[in-house]
Amino acid sequence: MSSAPILALENLTMRFGGIVAVNALSFTAQRKQITALIGPNGAGKTTVFNCITGFYKPTSGIIRLTHDDGAQYEMQKLRDFNISKQAKVARTFQNIRLFPGMTALENLMVAQHNALMRASGFTVLGLLGVPSWRAAEQSAIDAAVFWLKRVGLIDRADDAAGNLAYGDQRRLEIARAMCTGPALLCLDEPAAGLNARESAALSELLLSIRSDHGTSILLIEHDMSVVMEISDRVVVMDYGVKIAEGTPREIRDDPKVIAAYLGTDEEEAAAVMEAEA
Amino acid sequence: MSASHPASSNGSEPVGAAFILKKAFLSALVALGLFSLMIGVRTEAGQSGQLEYWTRFGDLASLVAAVFVGSIIVELLRLWLGPRGGLGSFVPPSVQSGLSIAGRYLAPALLIFTFLVPVIFYNQRYILDLGILVLTYVMLGWGLNVVVGLAGLLDLGYVAFYAVGAYSYGLLSTTFGLSFWICLPLAGILAAFWGVLLGFPVLRLRGDYLAIVTLAFGEIIRLVLINWQDVTGGPNGVSGIPRPTLFGIPLTPGEGGLAAMLGIPFSPTHRIVFLFYLILALALLTNWVTIRLRRLPIGRAWEALREDEVACRALGINITTTKLTAFATGAMFGGFAGAFFATRQGFISPESFTFQESALVLAIVVLGGMGSQLGVALAALAMIGGFELFRSLEVYRMLVFGLAMVLIMIWRPRGIVGHRAPTVFLEKSKSISSDLVKEGHG
Ligand SMILES: Nc1ncnc2c1ncn2[C@@H]1O[C@H](COP(=O)(O)OP(=O)(O)OP(=O)(O)O)[C@@H](O)[C@H]1O
Ligand SMILES: [Mg+2]
Repeated sequence: MSSAPILALENLTMRFGGIVAVNALSFTAQRKQITALIGPNGAGKTTVFNCITGFYKPTSGIIRLTHDDGAQYEMQKLRDFNISKQAKVARTFQNIRLFPGMTALENLMVAQHNALMRASGFTVLGLLGVPSWRAAEQSAIDAAVFWLKRVGLIDRADDAAGNLAYGDQRRLEIARAMCTGPALLCLDEPAAGLNARESAALSELLLSIRSDHGTSILLIEHDMSVVMEISDRVVVMDYGVKIAEGTPREIRDDPKVIAAYLGTDEEEAAAVMEAEA
Repeated sequence: MSASHPASSNGSEPVGAAFILKKAFLSALVALGLFSLMIGVRTEAGQSGQLEYWTRFGDLASLVAAVFVGSIIVELLRLWLGPRGGLGSFVPPSVQSGLSIAGRYLAPALLIFTFLVPVIFYNQRYILDLGILVLTYVMLGWGLNVVVGLAGLLDLGYVAFYAVGAYSYGLLSTTFGLSFWICLPLAGILAAFWGVLLGFPVLRLRGDYLAIVTLAFGEIIRLVLINWQDVTGGPNGVSGIPRPTLFGIPLTPGEGGLAAMLGIPFSPTHRIVFLFYLILALALLTNWVTIRLRRLPIGRAWEALREDEVACRALGINITTTKLTAFATGAMFGGFAGAFFATRQGFISPESFTFQESALVLAIVVLGGMGSQLGVALAALAMIGGFELFRSLEVYRMLVFGLAMVLIMIWRPRGIVGHRAPTVFLEKSKSISSDLVKEGHG
């Protein structure tokens, strides 16, 4: 197994006209760990995700991904769909993006598109209905069923995704991302809008994805209970720059982080903390 | 708003006579504006080419009055039918379940009936011709359905591929003497090739822009056909296109013809019946391929594209090739239909491939319920059959027809078959309500 971190950002900068949404950001995400990316609203977290997953071309900087076998990809050079197809990076969206008019099962089948395309002989063998295609289709259904069970949605397999409850849609989106067989899973605020019980179930799901499937996770999250409980490392951003990095404990006590969240300056925050202690 | 929610307004927002009258008055005013030139003044070229016109204010007045009364009736119906304002919500559940059972048997019944049409109406040439026409549009509708209904790409220039197919067969058969059965796949391939060529530049465009560019493409093809005289014959078209043969056996009188070989007396109806089954087979092939494609990864990717393009990219789906395959597949079916058209008519000219054809086929797809195979077939039957039905009304045909379209779109805004059937299921296939299914944006 490669010893390099699964994901390394080097001086990533993203400009929109005059706005510098991400400014010379560098950090790494370790293999088979959960790395949390936190920061106040508008800090540039989603922009980082969009650069990693090819929706934005970064203004400058390098985003390097290293697979277990040592194969390296530079995301800023890949075409958008190849980031999922070759580099094996899957993501979810801050505002859920399912296929609402397709069933939960169909959503998970679409996620296995590239594998199924190959199995269907780029449609030719599939049209003829050859046995190898049928077998591949069945195993894709099995994989979908596995993930539907895993996220507790097996009873809703044949229901339209748009008809699912909010929390169910969030979990279905994670299941769909996992169906692409990712090396790195990027989750944009997966706990947003979930109740306490659902958040706890989500933490448990993410921990098991990391330990049972060996998938590395990059997580944007505002819900600090989830972040503190499951992440191995935390990177804090504010105004497009990294202001802190460390274990959840270190981050919790960092005056710079508290200042960023409270919107005050550093000395004041330090004073508040000392007063509390 | 208040008119469509009378139950909830509950007197707080009065849906009184004043409101209804005001709305009726406005509608009548619009009608007056629209019809004053269309109906009020009739112009014609006189014997020596001079302009002759006369007024028809009586007709105009009665039409405006009809709109006024009609508007009142529509509003009253809405009031009476309840909040959703649609007839669909008014149908009691028992009738709805009855309808769904009827729906299940409708497709097979329709298919069997279609197979029997030449037997039942053997002596009615008019019905057979109409049947061929309807089936041609069913096939075109199914072809366009791949692009518009499944992939959600609005294509206003579908007739271009129909034309490419027709001219491919027309020119290949008249200049190189190739037979219909060789030209048919060639016509499909050439049309698909044009589909890809069109696809490349327009792939980045979405929504209205895509519609406009495809519209322009349809016109360009027609203009090329008119102006490239050396090859296409220009406005005179291509004539003397060979009729199809039953795998080499011509359907002609005399020696070597099918009738002579079978030892039965020759009748021109044989060829009509043959053409009927030919287009039926082509349409069914289109249907079969489309149904299969929907269950293959490519078809699911088309539908996913219609639902959410951004999510598709995040799942590693190559948007470009996926759109191109949709364009090419739809174009290929259009090309097949075009080759059939050419062999049936024996003569083609650019006049047959105007924007009106594209609009008609698109109307069939939209009316049928985007994405539904049965809906498209029913819509083609209703549109083409309806057109013939109203023929006796002469000048008012288009008017009645337009009115019927408007009424259907009020009643079923998502088309005749408004729900989507899943392509795969674990326990039970539950049809998905049209409210959830996206229409696409490109
Ligand atoms: N496509 C864009 N065009 C212009 N500005 C953009 C674009 N995308 C993001 N921005 C800007 O970049 C900054 C960072 O936005 P981003 O969405 O990355 O924040 P975030 O950290 O994800 O915030 P939140 O926690 O609210 O989701 C914002 O000021 C935003 O307005
Ligand atoms: Mg964000």
